[in-house]
Amino acid sequence: MGGDPAGPINPDEHDFALWEKRVDALMVLTSAAGLMTTDSLRRVLEDMGPDAYETMTYYERWIASVAQNMVEAGAVTTEELGAKMTEVRARGSTYGAAS
Amino acid sequence: MPHDHHDHSHEGLSTSGHPYRADNDTGLSYWQVMEIALRELLIEKGYLTAAQIHAQINAMDSRSPANGARVVARAWVDPEFKAALLDNASEVSRAMGFDIGPMHLIALENTDEVHNVVVCTLCSCYPRNLLGLPPDWYKSRAYRSRTVIEPRKVLSEFGLNLPEQMQVRVHDSTADMRYIVIPAQPEDSFGLSEEALAAWVTRDSMIGVGLPLAPK
Repeated sequence: MGGDPAGPINPDEHDFALWEKRVDALMVLTSAAGLMTTDSLRRVLEDMGPDAYETMTYYERWIASVAQNMVEAGAVTTEELGAKMTEVRARGSTYGAAS
Repeated sequence: MPHDHHDHSHEGLSTSGHPYRADNDTGLSYWQVMEIALRELLIEKGYLTAAQIHAQINAMDSRSPANGARVVARAWVDPEFKAALLDNASEVSRAMGFDIGPMHLIALENTDEVHNVVVCTLCSCYPRNLLGLPPDWYKSRAYRSRTVIEPRKVLSEFGLNLPEQMQVRVHDSTADMRYIVIPAQPEDSFGLSEEALAAWVTRDSMIGVGLPLAPK
């Protein structure tokens, strides 16, 4: 990415939402537990390709990568994750209700 | 109404004056569902505890650029400290009580002749232990792509126009190596106490896209 052409830099800033902080915490803690590394986080991010930068937010890319890393580490299976996601979705239509 | 906009409304802004991520106010997204599900599974299976996650978020919230500002202010008033900082910033920051983790922290001194600026072209590596979480623009494609090829133009977009004779050095962070800029002390601040000086040290001056500023 370094050196690629790109447009102006958007200086807007935002405060992190709780779910974003939780994604960050999951990355830090699963790394500390030896389940993933910064490099394995980045490998999955880079596998997503440049389009992911246009269609997903920063922490959306991160949770996708952490989840992939947890499957690869054998901590969870895709079936377990899918089943749990269905369960979570049934709890309500807002983050507060579902978490 | 012709003037029905909300110039002075703070609705939708947090206490810091920044808007919350839109995701906070909209329906539950696919990726939020994944975060909840993965977190709960990791707790159920005993890899993590809810208390650990809570403590990690508290630690994250307690870090801010004020930490880095204390380090810079001390470097301005104490030449021996500055020499030690430039020699081994990880060790010196730890000695001040900051949790730096296992990474190597490198302090870069701005002078009359050299201006340093930090980027992470690979991802978003940032001295978060001293500055908190990185701002959105630091993580953006535009900043990461352009800072290494046209740093002066990028800096000018941040309102920082450097004289032509000033050398610009761009430092690309990695997972294991983080950089913090020690900005040059403004002449107007000479003679102030270390505590007063810390208020001059902005986050952007420690990334290299700004200069220290007199507190308002």
